[in-house]
Amino acid sequence: MDAIRAEHLKKAFATVTAVNDVSIAVKEGEIFGFLGPNGAGKTTTIRLVTGVLTPDTGTVHINGIDIHRHPLDAKMQMGVIPESSTVYGDMTAEQNLHMSGKMYGMPRALRDERIDEILLRMGLSEKRHTLVRTFSKGMKQRVNIACAIIHRPRVLFLDEPTSGLDVQSRRLVIETIQDMNEQGSTIFLTTHNIEEANTLCQTVCIINKGKIVAQDSPERLKKMFDTTQSVEVSFDRPVGRDLLSGEGILRAEPCGDKWRLYTDNPDQVLKYLIGRAERESIGITSLATSGPSLEEAFIQITECT
Amino acid sequence: MMEVPLFLRGIIVITGKNMRLYYTKPPVLMFGLLFPLFMFFAFFVGRHLDLSTFFPAFLAMMLFFTASSVGPLITPWEKREKTYERLLSYPVTQDSIILGDVAAGAVFGIGISVLVWIASNFFIVVGVTNWVLFSLAFLLGTLSCATLGALLASPASDSPPNVMIFSNLIRFPLIFISGIFVPLQQMQGWGLTLAYCSPLTYMVDLFNAAMSGRSVFSPLTDCSVLIVVSVGFIVAARFIQKRNMMKGM
Ligand SMILES: Nc1ncnc2c1ncn2[C@@H]1O[C@H](COP(=O)(O)OP(=O)(O)O)[C@@H](O)[C@H]1O
Ligand SMILES: [Mg+2]
Repeated sequence: MDAIRAEHLKKAFATVTAVNDVSIAVKEGEIFGFLGPNGAGKTTTIRLVTGVLTPDTGTVHINGIDIHRHPLDAKMQMGVIPESSTVYGDMTAEQNLHMSGKMYGMPRALRDERIDEILLRMGLSEKRHTLVRTFSKGMKQRVNIACAIIHRPRVLFLDEPTSGLDVQSRRLVIETIQDMNEQGSTIFLTTHNIEEANTLCQTVCIINKGKIVAQDSPERLKKMFDTTQSVEVSFDRPVGRDLLSGEGILRAEPCGDKWRLYTDNPDQVLKYLIGRAERESIGITSLATSGPSLEEAFIQITECT
Repeated sequence: MMEVPLFLRGIIVITGKNMRLYYTKPPVLMFGLLFPLFMFFAFFVGRHLDLSTFFPAFLAMMLFFTASSVGPLITPWEKREKTYERLLSYPVTQDSIILGDVAAGAVFGIGISVLVWIASNFFIVVGVTNWVLFSLAFLLGTLSCATLGALLASPASDSPPNVMIFSNLIRFPLIFISGIFVPLQQMQGWGLTLAYCSPLTYMVDLFNAAMSGRSVFSPLTDCSVLIVVSVGFIVAARFIQKRNMMKGM
């Protein structure tokens, strides 16, 4: 059974379709990275999957529980760290944690024990009786995360948990994600930080303009672009695909006013293009090659869709 | 319905959170506590009125202001402080949040009003002729006012001052048309028609019935109206807040 299973999610706002037919399956115990540029639809997807927003169409199951039909049971299984929403500033760190524990039905003794443990882990023991309002951004985020993992959720959702944090808090957040995963939690992490996805995640899914455009392990995604290089070319007039299906070209994709040609052998493609253009008296207005990294892969995928 | 215990627990935790956070917020103290007391001094004290006659209406007004002042504040406040989405990702629904806000308003209203009633007994003679009706007046009055509070919180705004202004625009006129300062028996024409439209009228009437035995409507009418109105407020609050949520956080 998948820990998270979303099918054909769609959510439109007044002016944009933020999420457009997104389906996701996350295996139990996996760290799943949801990668995409700003405005791609990551936050909206997480809101749909965690039951904060209702999709226009589509279904979500958390450990087999339909979140629309049984929102409370489904929410009991998960911990959520939203992107821009946070804990109560007018409560102390400890009060916030107690409230959170009560929400998940933890009895007092269990809460006390777990709160001590978590505050220590998060480096907040000394600040436990301080109002969260006075905390730095990084410390607030640590309380936020502590509140989401107090009940050891089976599925943990984090929406850009490290963005804008100081180095120390960032490291703590990443370690916590890894800890939780080692203890068996499934992690759903959105980020626009590629390195983070690369080091943490077993599966990376790339979303752009509300649609999923690629999904694979980071290694395979990288490899796809490591062995495959690309040549970007534009002509002074429209050309047909037949022109671009010649020697050494694995795949040709239109990309704005350019074509992107994937190849193992850029040298061969360049020579072919120049020869062919000359024969058919087509002008080449630009020509460039690139040797990709995962970052490059990400940019290429998201730019072209 | 395996989820009922979970649902109730969510409401209780939200109510506790609301009580801890919002009872001491300035707008609640201002419009919930100070304001009805000012009104009391402005209209009753020093006018050689028989205080005992007006006391039931005053108690109803106190309950009205206290119970309906917490609700409008909470949701806009939480949206502004960006705690609303976090709250919604716990095992709760929008319904739990609305009911938790209603409960917090109701506890505040009953608590303060009962205190005021007890304290008043030291100064004036305020009898209760029917204890069952008196309890019902407190319970149903609180319920209708607290649900009104939750409804007033429904506009899609994350600005507590705006929502407070809006809610006071609705609340203030009500106290002048509901038989508080002028007994219903002395009203006529348009005034009376308006009074029939105000839920507060039936609450005042119920307090009168319970404390002095003099009422315009039958207690059954009063109770029925208050129950229907409370349910109506909840349903409307739920509808509006759900619709706002469809448009986005
Ligand atoms: N409540 C909303 N109302 C209208 N448009 C929204 C709302 N929330 C998100 N959007 C739009 O939906 C798109 C996706 O946004 P979002 O999910 O926040 O992206 P991301 O988290 O990947 O940056 C954006 O174009 C954004 O402007
Ligand atoms: Mg986002």
